[in-house]
Amino acid sequence: MDPIIKLENLTYTYGDAASPALDGVSLEIARGSFTAVLGHNGSGKSTMAKCLNGILRPTGGRVLVNGMDTADESRLLDIRRTVGMVFQNPDNQIVASVVEDDVAFAPENLGVPSAEIRERVDAALRCVGMYDYRLHAPHLLSGGQKQRVAIAGVLSMQPECIVLDEPTAMLDPLGRAEVLAAVERLRRERGMTVVLITHHMSECINADRLIVMSGGRVAADGTPRAVFSQVERMRAEGLTVPETTQLLHELNASGFDLPLDALSVDECADAIANFLKKD
Amino acid sequence: MLKDITLGQYFPGNTPVHRLDPRSKLIWLVGYIVALFLAKSWVSYLFMAMVLASVSATSRIRPKTLFSGLKPLIFIVCFTGVINLFYGTGEPLVQFWLFKITKEGIYNAVFMVLRIVLLVCGTFLLTYTTSPLQLTDGLERLLSPLKKLRVPVHELAMMMSIALRFIPTLIEETDKIMSAQKARGAGFDTGTLKERAKALIPLLVPLFVGAFRRADELATAMESRCYHDGEGRTRMKVLRFAPRDAAALCLCAAMITAVAVLRRFGL
Amino acid sequence: MPIIKVDDLTHVYSQGTPFEKVAIDRIGLDIEKGELLGIIGHTGSGKSTFIQHLNGLLKPSSGTVYFDGTDIHSSREFARGVRFRVGLVFQYPEYQLFEETVFKDIAFGPKNMGLSEAEIDERVREAAGFAGVPESLLEVSPLELSGGQKRRVAIAGVIAMMPQVLILDEPTAGLDPAGRESILQNIMAYRRETDCTIVLISHSMDDVARLADRLIVLDGGRVAMDGTPAQVFERAEELVGMGLSVPAATQIALALRARGVDIPESIYTINYLKKLLIARREGDGQC
Repeated sequence: MDPIIKLENLTYTYGDAASPALDGVSLEIARGSFTAVLGHNGSGKSTMAKCLNGILRPTGGRVLVNGMDTADESRLLDIRRTVGMVFQNPDNQIVASVVEDDVAFAPENLGVPSAEIRERVDAALRCVGMYDYRLHAPHLLSGGQKQRVAIAGVLSMQPECIVLDEPTAMLDPLGRAEVLAAVERLRRERGMTVVLITHHMSECINADRLIVMSGGRVAADGTPRAVFSQVERMRAEGLTVPETTQLLHELNASGFDLPLDALSVDECADAIANFLKKD
Repeated sequence: MLKDITLGQYFPGNTPVHRLDPRSKLIWLVGYIVALFLAKSWVSYLFMAMVLASVSATSRIRPKTLFSGLKPLIFIVCFTGVINLFYGTGEPLVQFWLFKITKEGIYNAVFMVLRIVLLVCGTFLLTYTTSPLQLTDGLERLLSPLKKLRVPVHELAMMMSIALRFIPTLIEETDKIMSAQKARGAGFDTGTLKERAKALIPLLVPLFVGAFRRADELATAMESRCYHDGEGRTRMKVLRFAPRDAAALCLCAAMITAVAVLRRFGL
Repeated sequence: MPIIKVDDLTHVYSQGTPFEKVAIDRIGLDIEKGELLGIIGHTGSGKSTFIQHLNGLLKPSSGTVYFDGTDIHSSREFARGVRFRVGLVFQYPEYQLFEETVFKDIAFGPKNMGLSEAEIDERVREAAGFAGVPESLLEVSPLELSGGQKRRVAIAGVIAMMPQVLILDEPTAGLDPAGRESILQNIMAYRRETDCTIVLISHSMDDVARLADRLIVLDGGRVAMDGTPAQVFERAEELVGMGLSVPAATQIALALRARGVDIPESIYTINYLKKLLIARREGDGQC
């Protein structure tokens, strides 16, 4: 099956900046996949996100969404309804003073008939678990709830792919868990393609694929297990690995012989317990 | 605290007033204002106050809530009252220096204050019972004939609804910045007028910078959600005149007629 | 004598209205000179309200907060003085920067204290050093800095007042791991140099576990736990019940115990867990 998003040697340079923020990135996002993009601030990950739905036009190379070039002005609306985008600050993406009116914003822009908008809005709010709050004022909601409203606001476009640009960076642990659970449900129940941009290692563990960005390039690309087990290399990129991997790595340095690809707490405990028994 | 300001706030509800088409409510407000300016006597003011009270009761907005919205305007109300107090003509009751207070002056002042209070409360009732989106929607539809004169009605309505949406957010932000600057020893409530104005800089600069940042991010988010312009837009909630709107408009006409008749008879 | 003593503190928002909300419910505790106190609690547990009482920004609805033995609100002058002696860095402090240059912004606090030009200059440079703001940035506009740099400038702006107590409300929120670690290192270095009392609010259990001498857990406006990190994280299940997490090391240790590995309950740093495991293995080897 052809990929939903295809980057061909994508380069982006801001205004009069000396060096490009994105420097020749080529990759494909497979339909229905869950891709996590990890990188420190300034690694180019947010710039890449903004290129995926034509908010930024490449200064070099191409971005194809379902075969449509994001540089083609006439296809921009089709591209944006295919790739929905959720941003970091939930406050700054909610346009209306009532939750359901905000979720209706995108389909209204697309000229969807009124009755169908109603259906889409209700379905989107149910999907993120915010249906009971549909008549609430957004500014009275918690951070996690606001961010879920923002996700619903994108779902009501019925996109094929959803890109989340550090959606949990401003949330507390509870809010973060709520948002991640909502994203997980999108994948499981709707088979939606998800691109999650983050700097929290723990959020990448369940992804099918992990891309590490650094200096505007792809520094590592593979399954989270494969990528995280390269502990030294991750450190060189200014990133830390999950505590579980860190512990296994340090124990190995002290003469243990443990697999490095145990990411969850249980896997990690299994690995250590098994090793101690064998030893 | 700033957070307690209720200006422009919406209290969701499901009363007959809440359910009215926003266009009817806007027309009602205009009618109400016209009637207020026609009112000339105690009787007609009493009548208008009763109109306000009954609308407020129907919409289940408690008088306390309604009056609490007046708080930020108390200064203006008193100021107008005092000014009018001294501008009466006729036989002075009290006189000192350049000022004289006449019977007419007192009447004027009281009526003026009543008029402002009734006017403001009426407007608040509209914003309390109508969501900003409905309100701007109603305005957009009422003013849509102006589109032919190339007035950007849709854009104006959009701007208004976004402004209303961000009022609480910006108020919260103001609170936060004020606390942060106070923690560094800034004083907002002492000193001469000039000092106080200067003391606002540490508050206003971050507020503006923040507002621009928000505007920028909001624009990106709106574009990402396929916002282009008013062309080809549909609405989830279509405005439809219902029988209750016809009834409301009849009541509005009756109110104006009643006040006009009272005026005719010198009341 | 504790540097800050909180006595039966209660704070009620919008008292007497339908929106009345008890944010702080009879909190009593002492903050000792020189300690690093970590405060944890989920959003709405009263953390932010609580710390704003420690420098007198908020007035208690009832109860008293003492600074160095004196009621903070005993007089206007004293209350104003306490704002300089108890420095408070708010969440996302970068949004409060307003001056034309980084130097002037850091100087805002010292200027409000009425210090001389020379003193201000010295303090700004010293504070910038502690917060990791390079000299070369002092004459730059704060608006041109990156998010992490702005955060450091804002922290320097509070450090420049040379407070005896430094309170930081989630100083690392929203930063990437490298930025988080580097800001925490700066704070620890500052503490070593000045023996300043520090109150650190954080959502990251791993950070507070590693750095704090003492932890208090707020829940529903009350102190739910108060003790060393070891004592607090021993009660992992209670913490989870309050909607809080426990450090990764504690989670791994619990999972290991469940698998029959015999290690103590109060483990809260990866380093300690590592040492225990290595010692255990060597111990086994000898048997």
